[in-house]
Amino acid sequence: MAARVQREDFDVGAEIAAMSADALGIGAVASFVGLVRGEGEAGPISALTLEHYPGMTERKLAEAEAEARARWPLAAVRIVHRFGRLEPGSRIVLVATAAAHRDAAFAACAFLMDWLKTDAPFWKLEEGPGGAQWVSNRESDAIRRRQASEGETGSAGGPDDTERMDKGQDSNG
Amino acid sequence: MKILYFAWLRSRIGLAEEEVSPPPEVQDVAGLVDWLAARSPAHAAALAQRSIVKAAVNQDYARPGDRVGPDDEVALFPPVTGG
Repeated sequence: MAARVQREDFDVGAEIAAMSADALGIGAVASFVGLVRGEGEAGPISALTLEHYPGMTERKLAEAEAEARARWPLAAVRIVHRFGRLEPGSRIVLVATAAAHRDAAFAACAFLMDWLKTDAPFWKLEEGPGGAQWVSNRESDAIRRRQASEGETGSAGGPDDTERMDKGQDSNG
Repeated sequence: MKILYFAWLRSRIGLAEEEVSPPPEVQDVAGLVDWLAARSPAHAAALAQRSIVKAAVNQDYARPGDRVGPDDEVALFPPVTGG
């Protein structure tokens, strides 16, 4: 499985080099790196602590990778998600997808990031001048995910995604 | 039955996990949350807003009507915020 959850930082270049090293059919690698912003929901933040559900997180990341591989012809996938206390500017997450051509790589990368936002069991605690507070989930992510799945034809799209939303998401934001 | 709490549910209840033995009439997630809410004032306060208490049974997202049994691992948490 090419998905990991870890406390340590990761090296984007090394991760991409490793994932694409031994597949000559790869013509495109798309990647997304998420960083800790210095602005939180309630103003400037000094740190962000990510909590997750060990065991379930790894299972969900493997599911996400399997679904992306079922939808697009991917040669390689790399997902690294950090947990613990991170300061602004720190890397939180890497998603990299490799395929023969860029369309599949871009699409799968965006799909996996949306999936992580809505389905991975992570919670964020922001520390700022006014103390610490838990981040509520973004309704916009849930909506974007719903729209993305409605745009898909066939396969594991619609009803399943709606169900997942009911399970994991708060529609009130 | 093993119960896990995450994020503000954990901090408000003051426990990351607890082992519980609900009575046989507790058969689903909703019933379990009702039963847990009666364990202490902290449980009651943390679990008060049922619509934003999400659950997983044996590490899969679950709905209020999904069944729970004595050997299950049940996690309760607010809506997820990954990525």
